[in-house]
Amino acid sequence: MQPPVISIHKLNHYFGEGTLRKQVLFNINLEIQAGEIVIMTGPSGSGKTTLLTLMGGLRSAQEGSLKILNQEMCGANKRQLIEIRRNVGYIFQAHNLMTFLTAKQNVRMSLELHDEMINQDLDAKAIAMLKAVGLGDRVDYYPEKLSGGQKQRVAIARALISYPKIVLADEPTAALDKKSGRDVVEIMQKLVKEQGSTILLVTHDNRILDIADRILYMEDGCLVDKQLV
Amino acid sequence: MLPKWLRRTPLAWRQLLKEKTRLLVALAGIGFADMLIFVQLGLLDSLFDSATKSHQNLQADLVLINPQFQTLFYVKNFPRERLLQTLSYDGVVSVRSLYVDTAQWRSPETLLNRGILVWGIDPANPAFNFPEVNPYLDQLKQLDRVLFDRASRPEYGPIADLLQQGPLTAQVNDQTVQTIGLFTLGASFGADGNIITSDSTFLKLFPQRQPNQINVGLIQLQPGVDPQAVQAQLQAGLPNDVNVLTPEEFAQIEINYWESGGIGFIFGLGVVVGFIVGIVIVYQILYSDVSDHLPEYATLKAMGYSDRYLLTVLMQEALLLAALGFIPGFLLSLGLYQITYMATLLPIAMKLERAAFVLLLTIIMCSVSGAIAMRKLQSADPADVF
Repeated sequence: MQPPVISIHKLNHYFGEGTLRKQVLFNINLEIQAGEIVIMTGPSGSGKTTLLTLMGGLRSAQEGSLKILNQEMCGANKRQLIEIRRNVGYIFQAHNLMTFLTAKQNVRMSLELHDEMINQDLDAKAIAMLKAVGLGDRVDYYPEKLSGGQKQRVAIARALISYPKIVLADEPTAALDKKSGRDVVEIMQKLVKEQGSTILLVTHDNRILDIADRILYMEDGCLVDKQLV
Repeated sequence: MLPKWLRRTPLAWRQLLKEKTRLLVALAGIGFADMLIFVQLGLLDSLFDSATKSHQNLQADLVLINPQFQTLFYVKNFPRERLLQTLSYDGVVSVRSLYVDTAQWRSPETLLNRGILVWGIDPANPAFNFPEVNPYLDQLKQLDRVLFDRASRPEYGPIADLLQQGPLTAQVNDQTVQTIGLFTLGASFGADGNIITSDSTFLKLFPQRQPNQINVGLIQLQPGVDPQAVQAQLQAGLPNDVNVLTPEEFAQIEINYWESGGIGFIFGLGVVVGFIVGIVIVYQILYSDVSDHLPEYATLKAMGYSDRYLLTVLMQEALLLAALGFIPGFLLSLGLYQITYMATLLPIAMKLERAAFVLLLTIIMCSVSGAIAMRKLQSADPADVF
């Protein structure tokens, strides 16, 4: 058995300084194996997003142990954080595409991070990926000319094109209607299964819980593990 | 195969191009700032060029002047014998003397008086090397004959046109003189026009002037003699009621005079103002660009792009703006120079060094703005993207 891609042990996290210091994560323990699709739900303010940013190397971990792809994130330096970020795909609630780049260029930006890829035909790869998310006819569109669901699919293409080991998604369907939301999730599920990626998805959306292998429930900074029945 | 950096998406370029209106406003702003700097520098240069134009046409290896001499428009005299004394020094071949003073020229058209610079030369041994003057030297030997500078301001009357109908009678210092020909020197900030006369006519026009008190002594040296060595010998040997200068030092005295007056400061101030206006404009553009795209920059950081990469993008944007904004500024300035020349007859034209200097200033201007806008970029926190 391979080591888990995400391994969290007794993780605590605090916001603020001095007397204003407030604990937001309490004694989190979690292991996620390669290829798992995990959904994390829970009320607003329960610390889901904080945990996600810690796992993605967007914040420095403070206390306990947080290993991403065998890299200890507690006490990691800036360069190590950046290195982890390059191996993680992000999908955001707001699509966060570059408004001044076309769909194709947005997807390329993810590939250009990897020096070993720069000599390949990045445009062809980006177009192939956009075709995989059903946007083969929209490659040269700017985000402003795309619908919400289309933009989110570009974001998925951007997150998955470099075959990340881990995909972190925060409310990817929140801004979408039922049909587009379902489409987006199914594309995501299909692609990560093909690539063997692990996906951790934070959502309030009950309509998509069925794609998960495991559902985590978070409340007041504590994690409650529920196995799927 | 293209080099690596060319294969990357040109983020700075895309970002500038996406907002065409903003780009145009930015280029107009930078162009305007550049134009302001160009005009001020051009006027400053033309001030010095015009003030020293006559110096450049003097036939001299060394120049003798009164130590208190500051400008051609307020001349000081010194005894002619000092100039003659220099002939006894090794290396000195010949000497020439020059009288300079300001007279009143009455326009034959409007009958209004206007100050004009009068150069009194020895027709047998002229101080200037104007090829146009040489054919008239014999005629100049007669009393009350003058040559008129065709590049003088039009307020003196349409002298060049009137001369085509033959010699023209004019009034200088309330004395009647004959204008017999033209030469070209040019107006300056101090003199709107010039005339050349013989030394005898000069002394007649200025009765208070003594023949043995000259204004500028010109010394011609043997070819191959080191002017600096002779200069040192002369300065040491002559009484200290004269200064021995190279023509360059003589011109520098005139430049110093104008620089020390407020004029140099005023033009310098204009350059500084243009520079600051440029910084503010470019900063505004870059700052709003960064602010508008802050979530996108944060996303790039979250994807794994480093701070340094984003700073590079911002600097590229600043430099692109500098290069693109310089072009309209340069072209507009060419037009303004032409207009200024036609209005003032001051010698104002584009110079390669000035264009390079302004381009450099533009690059500095945009880099400074980029550096200030970077502070905003640091606030893009990848943890805020969710």
